[in-house]
Amino acid sequence: MSGNGDVVLIKDGKRLDGRGFEELRDIKMEVSVLERAAGSAYVEWGKNKVMVGVYGPRELHPKFLQDPTKAMLRCVYNLAPFSVDERKKPGPDRRSVEISKVTSEALSSVVMLERFPNTVIDVFIEILQADAGTRCVGLTAASLALADAGIPMKDLVSACSAGKVDGQVVVDLMKEEDNFGECDLPMAIIPKKGEIVLLQMDGKLSRDEFKEAYKLAYDGCMKVYDLQRKTLMESMKKFVGEGGIENGD
Amino acid sequence: MEIEGYLKKDYITNLVNESKREDGRKFDEHRKIIIDNGYVKDKAPGSCFVQLGKTKVLAGISIDVGEPFPDRPNDGVMSTSTEFRPMASPRFESGPPNEDSIEVARVIDRGIREAGAIDTKKLLIEDNLVWIVFIDIHILDHDGNLIDAGGIAAMSALLNTRLPKYEDGKIIYGEYSGKLPIARVPIPCTTAKIGKALLVDPSLNEEYAMDARLTVSTTENINAMQKGGTGSFNEEEIMACVDAAFEKGNQIRKMLSTD
Repeated sequence: MSGNGDVVLIKDGKRLDGRGFEELRDIKMEVSVLERAAGSAYVEWGKNKVMVGVYGPRELHPKFLQDPTKAMLRCVYNLAPFSVDERKKPGPDRRSVEISKVTSEALSSVVMLERFPNTVIDVFIEILQADAGTRCVGLTAASLALADAGIPMKDLVSACSAGKVDGQVVVDLMKEEDNFGECDLPMAIIPKKGEIVLLQMDGKLSRDEFKEAYKLAYDGCMKVYDLQRKTLMESMKKFVGEGGIENGD
Repeated sequence: MEIEGYLKKDYITNLVNESKREDGRKFDEHRKIIIDNGYVKDKAPGSCFVQLGKTKVLAGISIDVGEPFPDRPNDGVMSTSTEFRPMASPRFESGPPNEDSIEVARVIDRGIREAGAIDTKKLLIEDNLVWIVFIDIHILDHDGNLIDAGGIAAMSALLNTRLPKYEDGKIIYGEYSGKLPIARVPIPCTTAKIGKALLVDPSLNEEYAMDARLTVSTTENINAMQKGGTGSFNEEEIMACVDAAFEKGNQIRKMLSTD
């Protein structure tokens, strides 16, 4: 968030890619994209391309980490070296460790971990191409992949960001807006409960601007939720159609 | 499996249900804050020892010179690290930073960076040479709410940091040329949610019992936020945390001073 006034991000009431202030980028979702994983998902969101594989519940090693009351949900968010303009050095850095942590916490709020004591559910999030908002895309895809794995959940988690560019509060920042805007506010919700499970913010917002950005991000999350549900329903129809369940009713 | 936390959870939750806290505080009350600037002043150009209740942290500032980032050629550079020293808790181990200490450092860093606390435009020495400010936060005794304790210590230390002399391409340690320019004073405020209750400045036992926490770092604006924990917040609760952060931020800011 540099708040660089030299770059024009809003012209004639439109954003650089022609979007309105409350408009999301194009989003495509798919599940069951990986052969070996228990569940998987692929999400394209603007120029972001993200793949998620879920393994488990499986036995957690080393044993001292096991919790006899519940499973551990462990996310690894990884940015591919070629996913950004300047090559990213492979391996975890401080940013990805933090994102992995907040993503794990957000998903732990919906997954029924108490059903699988002493185990771990591993969620691997691979950012193949990054264009701002990758943690929201990763979390949205991870939630789909967990559902695809058939792991019991209270609800999906849906994520979307809002922010402020050229003094205007907008939803779903793209890369240029993220680089030169004044604020970024990634958020994730449990849609049925209407509660927030991920909230981060950096930049500069007044109290009123925050309320406005909160609403835009929240509404964005709800749109993402609709797409997630549609994607899972279609996958389920296909599964039943192929005789995946003996009695489709 | 964290036995200590498991045992404390019911006790703290039951207290909260009776609108009580273990140490007798109100829900919107910070623990006593003691600020001791210049704690290691014979070596570090800026430092501050903070006690937040029984939590003890020491922030030290180191100054170096170096190249600016290519995309911001006229700006000084800052970097924040947190070390959870093993003496501070039986749960801390020696070794590289884990996800908890990385989170604490990054949330404190965001608050300071995004507020423009350090006037980085004034840190250009000459073409392609700027001051680099390292903020190192040592956690010495962990009794909860490390983000607030560390953030207050870091900001207070920055307010009292001197810039060393720089002559003939060398830093002269122990001699100073002026003060580190500070433009704004961001203060983080963390609120824990236990059941339906919101508690400002959670102690360690309250952290064991909490469902979620929300940190809001403020100046006259909101500059950084971080939700933690596996629970969730509704909008009303989030706005309550924001309002508490503005109020507490103003109170704590008045406690900080420059020498």
